[in-house]
Amino acid sequence: MSAAEVITNLQDVSRLKFLDKPIDADATTDIIYMMCPMHLLTIEDKIKEINTGEILSILTDYDGALEDIPGWCDKTGNEFMGIYEDTDHYKFFIRKVKESK
Amino acid sequence: MKTIYLDHVATNPLNPEVLEAMLPYFRERYGNPLSLYEPGMKAREAIENARESTASLINAKSKEIIFTASGAEANNFALKGIAYANQSKGKHIIISKIEHHSVLNTARFLEKSGFAVTYLPVDNNGMVKPSDVEKAITKETILISIIHASPEIGTIEPIEEISKIAKQKGIIMHTDAVASAGNIPVNVQSLGVDLLSFAAHQFYGPKGAAAIYIKEGTRIVPLIYGGIQEGGRRAGTENVPAIVGMGKAAELTRINLQKRIDHIKPLRDRLISNALKVDKILLTGHPEQRLPGHASFVVEYIEGEAMLLLLAAKGIYCASGSACSSKALKASPVLISIGIPAHLAQGSVVFTLGEDTTEEDINYFNETFPQIISRLREISPYAKGWEGMEGSSCTAKK
Repeated sequence: MSAAEVITNLQDVSRLKFLDKPIDADATTDIIYMMCPMHLLTIEDKIKEINTGEILSILTDYDGALEDIPGWCDKTGNEFMGIYEDTDHYKFFIRKVKESK
Repeated sequence: MKTIYLDHVATNPLNPEVLEAMLPYFRERYGNPLSLYEPGMKAREAIENARESTASLINAKSKEIIFTASGAEANNFALKGIAYANQSKGKHIIISKIEHHSVLNTARFLEKSGFAVTYLPVDNNGMVKPSDVEKAITKETILISIIHASPEIGTIEPIEEISKIAKQKGIIMHTDAVASAGNIPVNVQSLGVDLLSFAAHQFYGPKGAAAIYIKEGTRIVPLIYGGIQEGGRRAGTENVPAIVGMGKAAELTRINLQKRIDHIKPLRDRLISNALKVDKILLTGHPEQRLPGHASFVVEYIEGEAMLLLLAAKGIYCASGSACSSKALKASPVLISIGIPAHLAQGSVVFTLGEDTTEEDINYFNETFPQIISRLREISPYAKGWEGMEGSSCTAKK
C-alpha cells in the first residue's frame, strides 16, 4: 500500500506531515518488519534514552504507524516533526519535549 | 546390563542443576512474562537473566538473542527471515552440501519461492573451501549459510575465513552452530557471523529450548507473527521453564567447557585409534579439525543399521549417520559429498561422547566393537568383496 492509499483510509489526516527530505536525527531506531505494537513500545523505550530537545527517528514499514505515531505524540506531548517516505519504508521524526516517566 | 550412551550428538541428558533451576517455573512461578503483576514480572526477569547467560556463552549482547523452540526453527528463521528481508537487494543464497536438513530443505523451499541457491561442495574431509565461497558470490548474493560443525562427520568448518569474505562483499553470514555450541568455544565476535543458531539440549539443557543470535542492526522478517514477545520477532508465549533451563545450561557450560573437552577428547582419540585397527574401516570427516567428542566411521561390507542393533543389544547406543540413512536406508548426502560411494555409505556409524562417558565405557566399547564387526562380516553377503556393486573399496582412497 502506498502512503497515499493509506491516507485515504485514515480518519484524520491533518496530523500527517510529509517531508521532502529526512531530518538529521540524534538517535535512530530500525523496526522494519516489526508490527503493532512494537512501533509504540520502541518509541517509549528509545525516547527515554535521549535528552529533551533531541530528535529520534524511527524506521518502519508498518502502515499503522501513520496513524499511531502522531497520535502517540499528541498523547505524550512530544513533538511530531513529520514523515519521510523512503523507497520501502517510512522515517518518522519525533522531538523529545519533556522527560517521560 | 551396562548401558553406554555414545550418541551425545543426538541429545544429552539434562543436567540435574538445570532441572532444579527449571522446576519452580513448572510449579509456582507460572506467570506469563507479559503480565504486568508480580508473577508475570518475575517470569520476565527469569527470561531476561537466561538471555544474558545464553548470550555470554557465545560472547553476544543479550538483546542479540532470540529464543526459539529448536535449532531447526532457528535455522528456518535465519534463512527465510534474511532472504525475505533482503530480496530487494538480490535473490541468491549460498549454502554447503553438508548442511543440516533444516538449512538444506529451507534453502530448497526458498528456491521454489524464486530465490537461487548455490550448494557448495566439500573436500574429502568435509571442509568447505573459502575460495569456493568467494567464487560462488554474485552481485545478487544476500546470504551465506555454512554449518559450523557437522553432526554427522564432526568436521569444523573455517567459518572465520568465510565470514571475512562475506563481510568484504557486504553479504550476511549465518552459521548453524547447533552441533558445536557447548562442545567447543563459540564466539560470535571472532567467528564474525551476523546470525548463529544453537540449541540447549546439545549442552545438557532441555529440549524445546534453542536460540538464534542476530547481530544488532540486522533486519529480519519474523517467522511467527503475533505479540511482542522477543521484541516482536518471535511471537508466542515464552516457554519459561525451557528458557530458564537454557540459561542455566549455558552458565554451567561456560564454566565447564574446557574441562569437558579435556575429559572427552583423549577418550575419543582412544576410541578412534582402537576402531581403526579393525580391517577395512575408514574414519569420516577431518582427522584433526573435528568436534572433540566425535568419532564417525564407515565400515566396509556391513550395514550401519545392523551395527546399531547389535551394539544396542550389547548396551551401546550410537547413531548411523543422518536420520535419513538410518530411517530410510538412503545413502547420506553428507557422506556422498565427501566422496564415499553410495554402497559404502550404508556402513556408516557415529559415536559421540559426553561428559558422563568414562574410561571403562571406552574399554568396554573397544572390546565389543571389533567382535560385532567380525560377527557381522561372517554373515555379510558382501564380505568377500563388493562384487557387482558400483565404485570400489574405500580403503584404496586413503
